[in-house]
Amino acid sequence: MTSTTPAADPAPPPRAPRRRATRAPFVLLAPALALFAAFVLIPIGYALFLSTQGLRIVDEGVFGIRDEVFVGLANYTQVLGDADFRAGFGRLALYGLIAVPLTLGLALLFALLLDNASSRARRFSRVAIFLPYAVPGVVASLMWGFMYLPSTSPFSHLTERLGLGGIPFLDGGAIYPSLANIAVWGGVGFNMIIIYTSLRGIPGELYDAARIDGCGEWRIAWRIKIPLVAPALVITGLFALIGTIQVYGEPTMLSPMTSEISQTWVPLMRIYRDGFVRDDLPLAAAGSVILAVGTLLVSLALLRVTQRRAFGGVR
Amino acid sequence: MSGATTPRRPRLLPHQRARLLPTVVLLIGAFYALVPVAWIVVAATKSNAELFSTFTFRPGSGLFDNLGDLFAYGDGQFVRWAANSLLYAGLGALLCTVISTMAGYAFAKYEFPGRTGLFYAVLAGVLLPGMTLAIPQYLIMTKTDLVGSYWSVLLPGLISPFGIYLARVYADASVPDSTIESARLDGASEYRVLTSIGLPMMFPGMVTIFMLQFVGSWNNFLLPFIMLSDEDRYPINLGLYTLLAKGSGEPALYGIAIVGTAVSVVPLICLLLFLQRFWRLDMISGGLKG
Repeated sequence: MTSTTPAADPAPPPRAPRRRATRAPFVLLAPALALFAAFVLIPIGYALFLSTQGLRIVDEGVFGIRDEVFVGLANYTQVLGDADFRAGFGRLALYGLIAVPLTLGLALLFALLLDNASSRARRFSRVAIFLPYAVPGVVASLMWGFMYLPSTSPFSHLTERLGLGGIPFLDGGAIYPSLANIAVWGGVGFNMIIIYTSLRGIPGELYDAARIDGCGEWRIAWRIKIPLVAPALVITGLFALIGTIQVYGEPTMLSPMTSEISQTWVPLMRIYRDGFVRDDLPLAAAGSVILAVGTLLVSLALLRVTQRRAFGGVR
Repeated sequence: MSGATTPRRPRLLPHQRARLLPTVVLLIGAFYALVPVAWIVVAATKSNAELFSTFTFRPGSGLFDNLGDLFAYGDGQFVRWAANSLLYAGLGALLCTVISTMAGYAFAKYEFPGRTGLFYAVLAGVLLPGMTLAIPQYLIMTKTDLVGSYWSVLLPGLISPFGIYLARVYADASVPDSTIESARLDGASEYRVLTSIGLPMMFPGMVTIFMLQFVGSWNNFLLPFIMLSDEDRYPINLGLYTLLAKGSGEPALYGIAIVGTAVSVVPLICLLLFLQRFWRLDMISGGLKG
């Protein structure tokens, strides 16, 4: 079956004919979309419905029967009216202001260094820095928890030897950087790989051209690499942000070690308590919806601010 | 595999010569990443008495006792948890990779009505906090009587909006339109194009998606925590968590939890080291030049 190889035609057909319509993309997408509907869309719809329900006494008789009834936005007003819930967002913001820029900054730095031909030990460093990603967050919190705890901390051990006293990792305001450190430790490698993947996709000819023009490596990084990986930076920024808003395991694991972390320290901890400790799933659903909407708004704001820079820079 | 190594270049260009500062910064990053892992490995060698009494980085003498305790705990429950984790993470990630690759390829290589809208819907799925979904997913699993079963943990793990996003990025970067077009001109069907051209070119990307999903499922705590009640169906990290939760009343379990943690982290690290040989990120740019 030798197909006729088209000879190098001096006058190619006016424009490649529009691709034939095919069902292939829909067939390929079908499993993903079905699962997406079943485990993302339907749960969202159900959460919205549930958040308008509430347990109320419906029977006026002697034995007041509690049943789920439509309560409108009562759950929302209850959640939003709670000062502790709002304070949880404040604590979350403070934690995020430390964790997100550090995670991204370090991820970008390491990705650029991995992509830089003058670095050595790149393969080792790449694997080592990515390694924490393989450590479950629960386990990471436990490990760092022991490394913070005065009786087992190797860092406090050293400073005490030097006569400086222990480091109060878990007291007062120090809890914020201590918690952020766990997130940074677990998150840098993952984000680094995403940015690095994107850097590898840039054709090397661009750098060669810049080098011939006398461009130094730092200038290449700043003027070519960072603008070209801007979309990856936006995506990693989003992930860091979403990860921050979802923070739950780390403070939960550290809470037995310190009095700084209450049961409702961050919004998700409160939602979990509402839903599974107090058995008030509708209230938890309302809290989840508020958190999800908040996440979407923050994400869209971030995308809007960065869009022009991210996608305009390539053209 | 001595023949597979790339030949050394005879001479390095100026920008390729080794420099100290970038290397040192990378090594500091590697050190920061490795310290807690080293801690858990060292802690696993300590007896319970040594755990809180000796300097944290001094190896102890209780490794084999700890290991013995670990595998004896609950009639070998640890092995069962490990097998469960392998099922949730291994099978789940495999199926998820196939599903994500197909979807990502479709997004990257076809134009069809609703493409942008659907892709944004997938991206929006990435933006949702997992907890938001976990409670309703739990309720839906209750309605369908799946709660507490293996399915309740396996099924939600098959859809990964991020995996689809990555697959699209890989398809865009590694499968040239011109190659697909010439295969079509040669009469290949759409599926033939995917299996003979798309998939081999996307293979490193697929390995990456598999690994990310595998680690994600392996580490997923919240979903099994909410869904499962039978300890025999627990994945490994949930099992370790219950050990720790019980550990506050029974200090001997602390030692078991720590050695269990070390034992569960080591295979993941080995997997990472093994897969990163195939996970050739540099092939992405290589495919375009070929």
